[in-house]
Amino acid sequence: MPVIEIAGKQVHVNEEGFLTEYDEWSEDIAKVLAQQIDVDLTDEHWKVINFLRDDYKTEGESATTRRVQTVGGIPVKQQFVLFPKKPAKKMAYIAGLPKPKGCV
Amino acid sequence: MKQIVILGGGTAGTMVANRLVKFLPSDQWRITVVDQNNEHLYQPGLLLLPFGKYKPKDLMRERRDFLPKQVELILSNVLAVEPALNRVQLSGHEPVAYDYLIIATGTSPRPDQTPGMDDPSIWRNSVFDFYTLDGATALRDRLATWSGGRLVVHVTEMPIKCPVAPLEFAFLADAFLEERGLRDQVSITYVTPLEGAFTKPVASKQLGSMLEERSIALEPDFVIERVDPETKTLISMDEREVPFDLLVTVPLNMGADFLAGSGLEDELNYVKVDKGTMQSRSFDNVFALGDASDIPASKAGSVAHFSAEIFTENFVDLVQGKPMPRAFDGHANCFIESGKGKGLLIDFNYETEPLTGKFPWAGIGPLSLLKETRANHLGKLAFRWIYWHLLLRGRPIPIPALMSMSGKNPTTTN
Ligand SMILES: Cc1cc2nc3c(=O)[nH]c(=O)nc-3n(C[C@H](O)[C@H](O)[C@H](O)COP(=O)(O)OP(=O)(O)OC[C@H]3O[C@@H](n4cnc5c(N)ncnc54)[C@H](O)[C@@H]3O)c2cc1C
Repeated sequence: MPVIEIAGKQVHVNEEGFLTEYDEWSEDIAKVLAQQIDVDLTDEHWKVINFLRDDYKTEGESATTRRVQTVGGIPVKQQFVLFPKKPAKKMAYIAGLPKPKGCV
Repeated sequence: MKQIVILGGGTAGTMVANRLVKFLPSDQWRITVVDQNNEHLYQPGLLLLPFGKYKPKDLMRERRDFLPKQVELILSNVLAVEPALNRVQLSGHEPVAYDYLIIATGTSPRPDQTPGMDDPSIWRNSVFDFYTLDGATALRDRLATWSGGRLVVHVTEMPIKCPVAPLEFAFLADAFLEERGLRDQVSITYVTPLEGAFTKPVASKQLGSMLEERSIALEPDFVIERVDPETKTLISMDEREVPFDLLVTVPLNMGADFLAGSGLEDELNYVKVDKGTMQSRSFDNVFALGDASDIPASKAGSVAHFSAEIFTENFVDLVQGKPMPRAFDGHANCFIESGKGKGLLIDFNYETEPLTGKFPWAGIGPLSLLKETRANHLGKLAFRWIYWHLLLRGRPIPIPALMSMSGKNPTTTN
């Protein structure tokens, strides 16, 4: 796995640039990752990202858009507004988590 | 006497009942299967039925005939599981207590979960699903007289059972319409929530170019919000629109309703399990096999078979108080019909995506992976016989439970 520098910190990423180590993530890193995919982070974005981070800790996998809606309380429609076109992938990317499953 | 209760006598429930009786002495173990009806449906046949290849009766058998004699079959609807009380509630039957519970109630299409999809003005008139016998039969009748227009093949949300089936449907529809001299009057669009034709890169590329060759348009990343019954349009969460004259959709797939609120399930009523042992993550004496579990593998008969094999061997250790030593690897093996008497084969697991190569023997085959051949098509047709005679009865098939890399061409990415 390649190691790259983001926001002055060395982090492990996979071929697609997703962070592979949960604990290497920080809010500063999230800001850089968001910038890279043209997302301007607002409080609403942070609500989603914090939900994803917490949920991953208990579930061991990235929440799907459906789970972010039913458990996190943010409608899928709104997730599309916040993270256009590919919310599942973009949310996980910024939150430093693997791409969500469901893709098998 | 110890009691095992198996909920669902479909592919997984039947296989595991047949395997368990071989390992567990009948004077110490009582095995009960519960299913809502006595008709076992060969679901892979639903793909070909709309094109007139099978009749409904070719796909139905009596459930009872595939279960061992010493296994009790209760025909009843499961109403609730109470894992804290080790008990299940059935309709029209007293509650049944268990020492071990195996949930194998599968998954089913739920058109009611997408606004407008099952609106009576369009449902089974211009909107069809082929994942049920009624749906596939109604679609057959519609296709027989259809004069052309915009055909849209659609996947609502992942995961669905047999994730290649909608792609196969698109390939077969293309060939069927060409045969009838209608292909010029039809546009076909494949609409999917995935980024491409399929999930994993190598297969997605191969299957994507097969769509192109057939002039089937691809509409990826499409997460549906609703169907507009008046204008006959699919509308996505980000307000894209796809109009149709004939929509063949795979509705949202969900686990059984009785799992909701049981404490065992996720948002789609799949039982949360350990992906190696299929043991519930909340109750040690509860397992889920087949489509009913949340393992990140394809929901397919082959996965049910391989995982049931691992499960049974582990279970024998477990009841002797030993740890469960074996871990399922997510092995799936699926034929893909591509039309005109040809097919592909994919073989993969949790870690390894579908690759090209030969199967099951390196260099020899006789089957080819991710490549259109006649042999693969014959393999798919033979699968019906294998299903009734070997798979369900828990007899050995010449494919190991865990995936092998032999014969596969690894990708060069690192
Ligand atoms: C169109 C199509 C094509 C497919 N093609 C292939 C293929 O080519 N290869 C392949 O490997 N797989 C294929 N599959 C998938 C395969 O059929 C399933 O993965 C497999 O049947 C799963 O087995 P299961 O036992 O988990 O569920 P099922 O076989 O669906 O059994 C579930 C059982 O539970 C019962 N049940 C559900 N709820 C209740 C309740 N509340 N009370 C009582 N009983 C209940 C049902 O009656 C049913 O008998 C295909 C599926 C479809 C729809």
